[in-house]
Amino acid sequence: MKILTGNDLKTGAVVWWDGQNWSLHVEDAVDVGDRAEEILGREEAARRVNASYAIDATRDEDGGVRPAHIKDRVRALGPTVRPDLTLKPAEPEALNWVI
Amino acid sequence: MYKYDNYDQAMVDARVEEFRDQARRRLEGKLTEDQFKPLRLMNGLYLQLHAYMLRVAVPYGTLNGEQMHALADIADKYDRGYGHFTTRQNIQYNWIKLEDAGDILADLAKVEMHAIQTSGNCIRNISSDHFAGAAADELVDPRPYAEILRQWSSFHPEFSYLPRKFKIAVIASDTDRAAMRLHDIGIQIVRNEAGEIGAAFYVGGGMGRTPMVAPCIHDFVPLDQLVTYSEACLRVYNRYGRRDNKYKARIKILVHELGKEEYARQVEEEFAHMLEQGIEPPLAELERIKTYFADPAFKTDLPTEADRSDPEFALWMDRNTHPHKQAGYVSAVISLKPVGGIPGDASAEQMHLMAELAKEYSFDECRVMHTQNIVLPHVEIGRLHELWSKLEAAGLGTPNLDQIDDIIACPGLDYCSLANARSIPVAQKISKRFAETGKGDELGQLKLKISGCINACGHHHAGHIGILGVDRKGVENYQLLLGGSEAEDCSLGKITGPGFDEDGIVDAVEKATDVYLANREGSERFLDTYRRIGMDPFKEALYG
Repeated sequence: MKILTGNDLKTGAVVWWDGQNWSLHVEDAVDVGDRAEEILGREEAARRVNASYAIDATRDEDGGVRPAHIKDRVRALGPTVRPDLTLKPAEPEALNWVI
Repeated sequence: MYKYDNYDQAMVDARVEEFRDQARRRLEGKLTEDQFKPLRLMNGLYLQLHAYMLRVAVPYGTLNGEQMHALADIADKYDRGYGHFTTRQNIQYNWIKLEDAGDILADLAKVEMHAIQTSGNCIRNISSDHFAGAAADELVDPRPYAEILRQWSSFHPEFSYLPRKFKIAVIASDTDRAAMRLHDIGIQIVRNEAGEIGAAFYVGGGMGRTPMVAPCIHDFVPLDQLVTYSEACLRVYNRYGRRDNKYKARIKILVHELGKEEYARQVEEEFAHMLEQGIEPPLAELERIKTYFADPAFKTDLPTEADRSDPEFALWMDRNTHPHKQAGYVSAVISLKPVGGIPGDASAEQMHLMAELAKEYSFDECRVMHTQNIVLPHVEIGRLHELWSKLEAAGLGTPNLDQIDDIIACPGLDYCSLANARSIPVAQKISKRFAETGKGDELGQLKLKISGCINACGHHHAGHIGILGVDRKGVENYQLLLGGSEAEDCSLGKITGPGFDEDGIVDAVEKATDVYLANREGSERFLDTYRRIGMDPFKEALYG
């Protein structure tokens, strides 16, 4: 599947396109098929996202979305060396998902 | 240390307001990202993996307590309670909001700091010896020369759009503690046979994808021609540097392609022309700047020995202090490399403590080392134990300067958008491995440096042991290098062979140290043994 990601213009936070808005959570990302360019152009122009791009991802057996490249998995969760600063600070085992 | 005059302060304040307006216009949609990006980069604001990242300049690594407190306050108020000290003596914050950037720059300006020229194709922060003004082995304090070059290079209109970024280091001792020959220009303040002080210029060094050790192109430039000669070096580069290819755009490629002699000839030609232009500041200006770097009021007749009855303190004193030019004092290194820690990271609380300790023990001065530690340059030997006790209590007393766990590591793929692999977890695992086995204590000086990509911010080319993280079909892989040095015996490491996975590289480092211990003669360092026995025994142990 193709999903869209970028950074929030004001805060720089990593965001994912959920079909309507930009979510902080990669599991909300939707498959945009071949509409990436159209959506990104519109959203960048509306200043709802910055430095956005499309990436490959897969859907896990449990329905979760997993970016194909480790860089985007690090972006999705947070720094692997600071579990306390990730989106799942109470779940240190979540780091296994990145690697 | 240098104090801003009215011009300095007015320029920095004006830049804060200029950037505040630029950020506002970006947020309002009056600037596109393509238009805004070069403007934010000129003010040190990057967009990294998780957020905006702000890199703050620390000129030649020198800070006072008030400035360190301000850096801590920024970490608390605008970031997530910590900062990361870098391999160019700066500090970076990883979780900055664009909407806060103007306020942060304003807070920095209040303590005579900024983030100008910490990015972009311009002359970056001038780095220097972290023991400057204190080291027993220095000829003079190199910082006044670094400062005059800082003033010359700040907002220099001709050098705002160079072919690529440009880094200068200035030292004034034969011992190189600033990786001088791995800079675009490395300057060593020297004395000639006539007893005069001048500057030796090394041009065209660097790490990155094409590492090179800078050759000396002029062994003695008089001090009243220092700026003019620097400008001549830059002018030749600015004119002929490769703007067509980012990967060949650094000055090292120009010097290499022209050849040292031809590059030097062109610089001399430009230099002769420029001497007629009269751009050099009068020596009186250099003398004025020197007054800011006058020695503090050192006490005399201080004890030159400390009570070493506490073995942990004695070990720290042996490893983490450096001889001072003034009897009764040493420079003390605060390690930001606890076992299993993140190299170069300091919490706001630790920064506040270091600021207080600088005030209490070191004439209100501290230094950022390019090895990502902090120095208190002027500490009375008689008060060292008291200082160490406070550092220990705060987790800042690790006795590991230049030991295998004093690892330089770039932020790597945990933070950096350019990285291909994570650096910090590898550093943490190596640090833990050698602490657990106790082998670290047997090794003596061993400089280990890790980069998460070919850009080499972690100086892997210059490590006695270097590690380079690469992306191999989407999986992190780590190459091992041996034999590098950034010091006066500067050399570039060589790759041992095929790379390793994350755990494999930790094992490989241990095997390399085993080869060293089995072959060491006398007081040889790892690097000395490697240079004597060559790569083959290491390859045999790693791949045989």
